[in-house]
Amino acid sequence: MTAAALMLLLAPVSGPATGQSAQQPTQSGAGAAQEQTIEVVPETEIDRQVRDIASGLRCPICQGQSLQDSPSELAQQMRDVIRSRLEEGQTPDQVRDYFMGSYGEWILMEPRAKGFNLTVYVLPVLAVIVGALGLMMAARRWLVGAGAPLAGPTNVDESDPDLAAWEDLVPR
Amino acid sequence: MNWRRSMIGLAIALPVIALLAFGLTRDPAQIPSPLPGRAAPAFELAYMDSAADSVSLADLRGKVVVLNFWASWCLQCRVEHQDLSAAGTLYGPQGVRFFGVLFKDEPENGRRWIRMMGGQSYPSLTDYRLRTAIDYGVYGAPETFIIDQSGTVVHKEIGPITFAKLREVIDPLLEREATQ
Repeated sequence: MTAAALMLLLAPVSGPATGQSAQQPTQSGAGAAQEQTIEVVPETEIDRQVRDIASGLRCPICQGQSLQDSPSELAQQMRDVIRSRLEEGQTPDQVRDYFMGSYGEWILMEPRAKGFNLTVYVLPVLAVIVGALGLMMAARRWLVGAGAPLAGPTNVDESDPDLAAWEDLVPR
Repeated sequence: MNWRRSMIGLAIALPVIALLAFGLTRDPAQIPSPLPGRAAPAFELAYMDSAADSVSLADLRGKVVVLNFWASWCLQCRVEHQDLSAAGTLYGPQGVRFFGVLFKDEPENGRRWIRMMGGQSYPSLTDYRLRTAIDYGVYGAPETFIIDQSGTVVHKEIGPITFAKLREVIDPLLEREATQ
């Protein structure tokens, strides 16, 4: 622990040839012996499944974070559980069922479209439909109103000598 | 505004208000556990004070088991400590097995905490990889599980448990045992 802290303190002084070269392998001035390449490990099918399942499960000790997004120790251990269960040959649904068995449906980031949960899925759609219908009815009423002749001035005196002057000013 | 229009407005608004009012009556911290009524997940955990020895749920079949997940960093655990320890002293001779399970903590910290709290009447176990905590659906400390003689979870307490609550759950289990 102390040694690591010392290394961190010394790193800026002794330059890129120390611990920093691990992060920046192409940095000039780093000793050839220190040069490291970052090996890109391709994501396996299991990795992809773990990521997929972890993204859909809630981290129990966080606020609104998924297991995939949480850096907590519990979330990390739970990701390990997902992985080992997949490696044992369980299907993603079986893994999710295991977590639902211990934490309940609460563990799912998105509630299943079943029973009372349906309100979450149905109500917004229903509200949009009802709103659209209401708007349509209102629009129809407005259009019917627009069809009627506009009430213009009724007491225009055509013989008014000033009228011609105004009509020249107002473009038609 | 005519009465018909206000009735339609009410018919739409009332269910929404009722739904929101229902939401207010629920405590978001009390997440219902699916465990009570089901078989307790099996475990085999080493003792905090002697890592060479372990205990498994199968060894405890026929006994009432109280499993309390706790940690030295957990403030609420201090609240329940006296009650749990007293219940351990009362029910230990009657065959009830109390165990603490250290949750996200080191044995060293756990031992120091117990010394500071003036001791504990029952042993604690370690769960380094949190497998037992995950099996039991633990999301914080303290959480207490009470398991009956047949290995079924009968109660889960989220947050500090009281002496009265422990009596309320354990006494009927012991009575049932006595009459059988």
